[in-house]
Amino acid sequence: MPGIYVLVEHDRGEISPATFEALTAARNLAQRLTEEVVAVFIGVFDSDFNAVCTEYGISEGVVLASPLITDYGPELWGEALSQLSQERTPRIVMSVGTDKGNEVIAHASARLGSPFIANCIEVHRDSDWTITRMQWGGSLLEDVRVDTEQIFLSYAHHSVEPETAALSSDANIQIVELELDSLLTRTLVQERAAQAEGATLSTASVVVSGGRGVGSADAFAPLEELADLLAGKVGCSRAVTNNGWRSHADQVGQTGTRIAPEIYIACGISGAIQHWVGAMASKNILAINIDPEANMVTKAGYAVLGDLHEVVPAIIEEIKRRR
Amino acid sequence: MRILVCVKRVPAPGSRINITDDALTVDTAHLGFTTSPHEECAVEEAAQLVEEHGGSVCVLTVGPAEAEEQLRYAASVGANEFVLVPNESGHDWDPQRTSHVISEAITQLEAGGERFDLILFGNESADSGGYQVGIRVAVTLGRAVVNGIKGIEIQDTTVTASREVDGGNEVYSVPLPAVLGVKEGINLPRYPTMKGRLASKKAEISSTSIDSSAGPQEKVRLHQPEEKISETEILGNGPDAAVKVVDLLDELGVL
Ligand SMILES: Cc1cc2nc3c(=O)[nH]c(=O)nc-3n(C[C@H](O)[C@H](O)[C@H](O)COP(=O)(O)OP(=O)(O)OC[C@H]3O[C@@H](n4cnc5c(N)ncnc54)[C@H](O)[C@@H]3O)c2cc1C
Repeated sequence: MPGIYVLVEHDRGEISPATFEALTAARNLAQRLTEEVVAVFIGVFDSDFNAVCTEYGISEGVVLASPLITDYGPELWGEALSQLSQERTPRIVMSVGTDKGNEVIAHASARLGSPFIANCIEVHRDSDWTITRMQWGGSLLEDVRVDTEQIFLSYAHHSVEPETAALSSDANIQIVELELDSLLTRTLVQERAAQAEGATLSTASVVVSGGRGVGSADAFAPLEELADLLAGKVGCSRAVTNNGWRSHADQVGQTGTRIAPEIYIACGISGAIQHWVGAMASKNILAINIDPEANMVTKAGYAVLGDLHEVVPAIIEEIKRRR
Repeated sequence: MRILVCVKRVPAPGSRINITDDALTVDTAHLGFTTSPHEECAVEEAAQLVEEHGGSVCVLTVGPAEAEEQLRYAASVGANEFVLVPNESGHDWDPQRTSHVISEAITQLEAGGERFDLILFGNESADSGGYQVGIRVAVTLGRAVVNGIKGIEIQDTTVTASREVDGGNEVYSVPLPAVLGVKEGINLPRYPTMKGRLASKKAEISSTSIDSSAGPQEKVRLHQPEEKISETEILGNGPDAAVKVVDLLDELGVL
């Protein structure tokens, strides 16, 4: 019976695309370990669950239901998953390493006193588990060994390319009613506030960022103009947020936002490793810097050497001239 | 109210993270150290809550004797009580061991005084990034816990905590005592004042040793991720480069 149990992340029935990474990773792992994959959906059954299992080649799904699970709640979800893990003793209980994925798996493993290995990129089993995982938001890797039978883990977000593998017949979905302690409803989501529509830093196709070299909050005006001209967003380094020049919502990096634009224009940013991990998924990088030795310059595909206060306005002029 | 903040001392590397010859730790010979950023914000948040509601802030760290530096920094920005749980092994403990030690330390601190109304952790530590210590401690203590928090408000016996998700915010309303994992961006940490710096020199730091043994997770080695090495094409020097830059933008179809 063991198997690989994968948490399906969803928001009131709407399945998060990040889950497709976990389903793909689990399927590949199952093939190597000759195990079966079981998808786990917590909450009120939604037919999307069935459709996703079928599309991703997962023939078996479990819905963990309880009248108490009316929405997301880390404690309820964690307890539900830990009950299932204890009863069916899967070899692996896993998710994708999003905030919620990591949170639920951490809760479930904590309740059973089992290890949880977050943000894995490779998982092997010989006599023990040997796993490679990310530290420092991916700037450094760690190999770990774990000598338990059952293991809880998450796959680093964006480390697996989702691949469908449609089943010829519908997945078999089983609904399991759980008895849960009503105390755990204390951490159910109570309310939501919607954000303005439109591109965000993480989805923008152009990001124009400024670092300490910009010098002040006001001096971001040309960067804003350039971003506007290119229908992009303005980003910044942590030196800028620490100085209070821009809000943290604009920060690119390990403790800020991870971006993946068509082009990242980094002005007056040295390219410290914690900034770089947030920017490295950009398809193209243009560094504008006075220092030819700056990490941002040596790692970027393109660079302009010079004072950003002269270069950025010149680019704006040239764009206007051509329009 | 009494607030506890659990912080971690981490190295502050620049353009690259070097590792020691035995591949078990970050080579910190030429590095400074700092408080892991999420936790730095957690200390600031605690200081602000106490300024608004009264009470005190206790800061706890598990680490080498040098982690005193991070506790003194917390003192310089408004914390009042400081606990160092020594780990002199030269290596981080695994997350289960760290959680066990912190849970025990909290139980001892509460036995000797008031219960903590709120315990704050960073969402994840900047270096090892295990995403679990705060949750394990809360589960051990039987307290409510939510991670990823970017907004905190206290009303009498509950804390309203919000976090960012795709497309908006989720709001939680959790009864105290509670545990929260905080993320950078919840506030802008203050810089220490001269007065704060002086006070931090006098701060009394208590050391509490706690017995513990290794969990089932063993670190084998650290290594560098594979890096794509790209040649940098210099488009030019100064404003004259603008023509080539705009050519590039055109080529990429973003003009
Ligand atoms: C645990 C941890 C997490 C972190 N997380 C993040 C994170 O998420 N994001 C992040 O950004 N940082 C992060 N940092 C901070 C990071 O280490 C750097 O300190 C920060 O990124 C530096 O910002 P900067 O490049 O703007 O400043 P600096 O490093 O000071 O670089 C300024 C650059 O501007 C150039 N310059 C100056 N004047 C001009 C000019 N007129 N024209 C052109 N170029 C000019 C200089 O040559 C230099 O390269 C983190 C640090 C730690 C320890």
